[in-house]
Amino acid sequence: MMKGINTDVLVIGGGAGGMAAALSAAREKSDVILLERENSTGGVLNQCIHNGFGLHFYKEELTGPEFADKLFNEMTLDRVNIISESYVSEVDVENKTVRVLSPDGAYEIYAKAIVIATGARERPFGALMIPGDRPSGIYTAGLAQRFVNLENRLPGKRALILGSGDIGLIMARRLVLEGMKVEAVVERMPFPGGLLRNIVQCLEDYNIPLYLSHTVTKTVGRGRLEKVEVSEVDENYNPIPGTEKIYDVDTLILSAGLIPQVEDISDSLQLDRVNKGYAVSNSCETNIDGIYAAGNNVAVFDLVDYVAAEGWVAGRHAALKSKGGENNTEKYPVIRGKNVSILVPSYIDFNESLRLYLRISKPIEHGRVILKELNIEKKFVDGVPSEMIQMVLNKKKMELIREKGGLFVEVVEDE
Amino acid sequence: MHFLHGFLLFLEVKMKILVIGGGIVGSLLTKELSKYENIDVTLVEANYDLGAGVTKANSAILHGGYDDEPSTLRAKLCARGNKMYDDLVDELGVPVQRTGSLVVSEGNDGDKKKIIELYKRGIANGVSGMKIVEGEELRKIEPYLSPVFKYGLYCSSAGITEPWIVAINSGRLAESNGAEIMLGDRVVGGLVRNKRAVSAVLNSGKKIQADIFINCAGLYYEEIAKYFDVEVEKVLLRKGEYLLLDKAAKQFVNGVIFPLPTKMGKGKLILPTIDGGVFLGPTSEDLKSFDPEDLATTRNGLEEILKSSDELVPGISKFNWIIKSFAGLRPETEGKDFIIKRDEEISNFITVGGIRSPGLTAAPAISEYVINEILNGQMNIKLIKKEKIVERIPAKIRVREESFERISELIEKDELYGRIICQCNQVSEREIVDAVHSGARTIESVKLRTRAGFGRCQGGFCTWKVAKIISRETGIELEELIMNNENSYLLEGKVR
Repeated sequence: MMKGINTDVLVIGGGAGGMAAALSAAREKSDVILLERENSTGGVLNQCIHNGFGLHFYKEELTGPEFADKLFNEMTLDRVNIISESYVSEVDVENKTVRVLSPDGAYEIYAKAIVIATGARERPFGALMIPGDRPSGIYTAGLAQRFVNLENRLPGKRALILGSGDIGLIMARRLVLEGMKVEAVVERMPFPGGLLRNIVQCLEDYNIPLYLSHTVTKTVGRGRLEKVEVSEVDENYNPIPGTEKIYDVDTLILSAGLIPQVEDISDSLQLDRVNKGYAVSNSCETNIDGIYAAGNNVAVFDLVDYVAAEGWVAGRHAALKSKGGENNTEKYPVIRGKNVSILVPSYIDFNESLRLYLRISKPIEHGRVILKELNIEKKFVDGVPSEMIQMVLNKKKMELIREKGGLFVEVVEDE
Repeated sequence: MHFLHGFLLFLEVKMKILVIGGGIVGSLLTKELSKYENIDVTLVEANYDLGAGVTKANSAILHGGYDDEPSTLRAKLCARGNKMYDDLVDELGVPVQRTGSLVVSEGNDGDKKKIIELYKRGIANGVSGMKIVEGEELRKIEPYLSPVFKYGLYCSSAGITEPWIVAINSGRLAESNGAEIMLGDRVVGGLVRNKRAVSAVLNSGKKIQADIFINCAGLYYEEIAKYFDVEVEKVLLRKGEYLLLDKAAKQFVNGVIFPLPTKMGKGKLILPTIDGGVFLGPTSEDLKSFDPEDLATTRNGLEEILKSSDELVPGISKFNWIIKSFAGLRPETEGKDFIIKRDEEISNFITVGGIRSPGLTAAPAISEYVINEILNGQMNIKLIKKEKIVERIPAKIRVREESFERISELIEKDELYGRIICQCNQVSEREIVDAVHSGARTIESVKLRTRAGFGRCQGGFCTWKVAKIISRETGIELEELIMNNENSYLLEGKVR
C-alpha cells in the first residue's frame, strides 16, 4: 500500500542549506520533513574534513563534519523529521506533492510549502572536451575526496590538478599530506578560481606551483592515465602552439566548476540566466508560490556559511507561508550591471531584509559596488571573482526600491 | 524414418564451434548456435565484457537500409536485420525505439537526385516506411531543423537501440542454453593441420580444440585469420569521434537526423540516445597506421562536430550540454562490403569481417546468414534444434521506466529497488546488484548494463557507490577494481 504523509514544510536535500532551512522552519513551530538521498545528512560537508567552516554562521571555526553535526543535533532537538535514503522522483510544484522512493517504500508527501536545497554537482571531465585517451585515473575533486577521506583509498601516485576551485586546492593539499606527489595546479583563467586563503594554505605552503592561463590539452594512457599535456592559453582560452609541456602523472583531478542542480525537479521553475540556478527573491521564494530554494542550486556560493544563512531564511519563510501568513505578490527585479557575474537574489520582495551576494566578473584592484537607486556605494580593494561580495540592507532602505521599481547593481573600476 | 534419422544424429558426437570475438556479431551468433542439439559452442572475448569493442562506440542506430547498393550483403542484411530487432526486443529485452530517420538536403536539383536515388535504393532493398518530404514537412518531423533544409527522405522503420545490451544479453541467453562464454582471454595463436584449423591457443595458455572456427574478431580479424593461415582483405581503421549531450538537449531532437551521405560515409548526425540524451557525430577519419587501441579524441574532430551539428540544428552546441566526448573505430575494407565466407583453403574456418556500418543493424541477419547459408548450405551441416531451450532472458526491471505504483510494489518485496544509487538515471541498488550477479566485474560493465554513471554527472556522485557494491558482492577489494581493461585500475591502494 502506498503511503501518503502530510507536512507543513518539506525540505528537499540535507546539505548545509537544507539542514538550516529545516531547522529554522522547525523553530517557527512548523511540522518539517527533511528528505536526504544519502544515508545521513550533511552533504558534501561530510567529506570536507578540513577546517574553515562556520566563522559567520556559528561564529567559530569548525571542520565540515563538525558543522554538519551541529546542524544535525539542533534539528533533532527541534523535532525535524529526517528521512534519509530518500530519492525524490517527481515534484508537482503547483500542488506541492512530492513522490519519494526509499528502501522503506515509495510514498507521497503533501506539503504546504517546499524548500528545494539540492546543491550543486561537479562539472564532469566529459564536459571539458579535452582531446586524447579516456583512461582511468581521472577524477572530479569531490569523488577523489570521497575516496581519500571517507573510503580510505588513494587514487594514485602522482597527480595534476585542473582548475583552481576551492575543492581542487583543498585536494592538492590533502593528496600531498597522504603521500602523493602533486605536480601542479593549472587554471584556464588568468586568475584563481578559489579563495585566496586556500591558495596560500594549500598550494604555497606545500610548494605546489599554480599555472594561470594554462589548461590540459591532451590525456594519454590506454588503461590507466600515464601523461597529460598542458598548454598555455591565449586571451580567448585557445591553446598556444609550442607551449605544450608533458607531465608524467597517473591521476588527473578536476576542479572545473560547480553546476547548480536544478534539473529533474520542475520545468516551471524560473532560472537565472547567469547564475544557472533558481531565480529567487530575498525571501528565497521562486516564481511559484510556496516553493523556495536556497544554497548552491540558486548560485554557487563561496562559503558554506552563506548557504546556511540563505537556507535559514528560506525555511523561515516557508514556515510562515505554510501558516498562510505571507504574500509575496509584490516583487521587483534586481538588474545586473557591468562587471557583475553571479548576483543573488534575482527579485526583491518586502518580507525580508536584502542580502545581496555578488561576484565580480574579473579581478578589480580598486572598485565600488554601486546601488544607484539606493544611493549606496561599497568600496573594495583587491577584488577577485572567487570571493563573493555581500551587502545587507534593512527594510527601511529598501523602500526606495519600491519607488524606483527595481534595483540596478553595477561595479565600477577605479584608478 | 524421421525418428530414426534423429536418433542416429543424436548418437553422433557433438560438433564443437569456437566463436572468436564477442562483439554484437559474435554474441548473437553464439546465442543462435546455442539453440542446436548437435552443436557445442564456445565464445572467447578478449575484453572483460561482451560488446566492449566496436559495438560500444558507434551511433547505435537501426538503419532503415536505403544506403547500400541492392547487390551487396550490406543492403540485404541491413534491411533484414532491421526487422529482426523486433524479435530481439522480446527475446533479449533489448530496448528499441523506432524514432524514424530523416536525411536532409537543401533541395537543389543535385540534392533531389541523390534523395530520390536513396529512396529507389530503399525500395529495391525492401525497406519499409520511407517517404520523400518537402518544405515545411521537414520541420513537422524535426521542428528545430535548420530552415535551409527543404528536401529529405524520412524513414519510419529506422530507430535506435543499446548495442552492448544486445551482445551482453545474447551472451547471457547463450549461457542459459549451454554455451561457454570466456571473457578476458584472447586468441594468440592457432594450430592448423592438413588444411584444417585444429585448435586455438589463448593468452591464458588454454588450448581450445574445435571442429569449426568462426572469426568475429572485429578490428582484430586480420590478426586472427593469420594465426590460422587464412588470407583476408586488409582492414583499414576509420575513427569516429562523438559528443554526448545532456538530456536537456533531447527537446530539440525527435529522431535520427542525417546530412546527405558522402564517400566518407553517412556524415555527422544528430540523434537521441536510448536513455534520453543526444549524440552528435561521428567524424570520419582514416587512421594512418593500424592501431586498434587508438581511441583518442582530437581537438579538430570535436570542433568539427560542434560546427556540423549547428548546421543541422542551429544553436544545439551553444548550451554547454556536453557531458562526454569519445571515439570509436570502424573496420573498413577496400571492397566495402561485409566479408562473410567459409575459407577456400582452410575449409572449417569461417570469416565474418569488415562489419562496418550498418553492421549493428545487420548483426542478427548476419548470424542467420552464417547458419543458413554457410553452416547449413555450404558445409551441409544438418542442425537440430534442441527440444527444450530457454527462450528468453527475464525482462530487466529499470526503476526509471516503471510506474510509481509498480515501483511501490517492487520495494515492498525488495527494498533494494528503493535505494537509488545513480541519481541522474535513477538506477536502483537492485539493478546494480543484478548486473554484478550476471557477470559485471568492472565499473564500465555496470555502467553499460544499468546506465549508472551515464547521466549528467558522469559518475561523479555514484562511482564510489558502484565500486563498493561490486566489491561487496564479489569480494574484490576496492583497490583491485578496474574501469574496463586490465591496466585501468581505479585506485592505488589504502591511505593508511
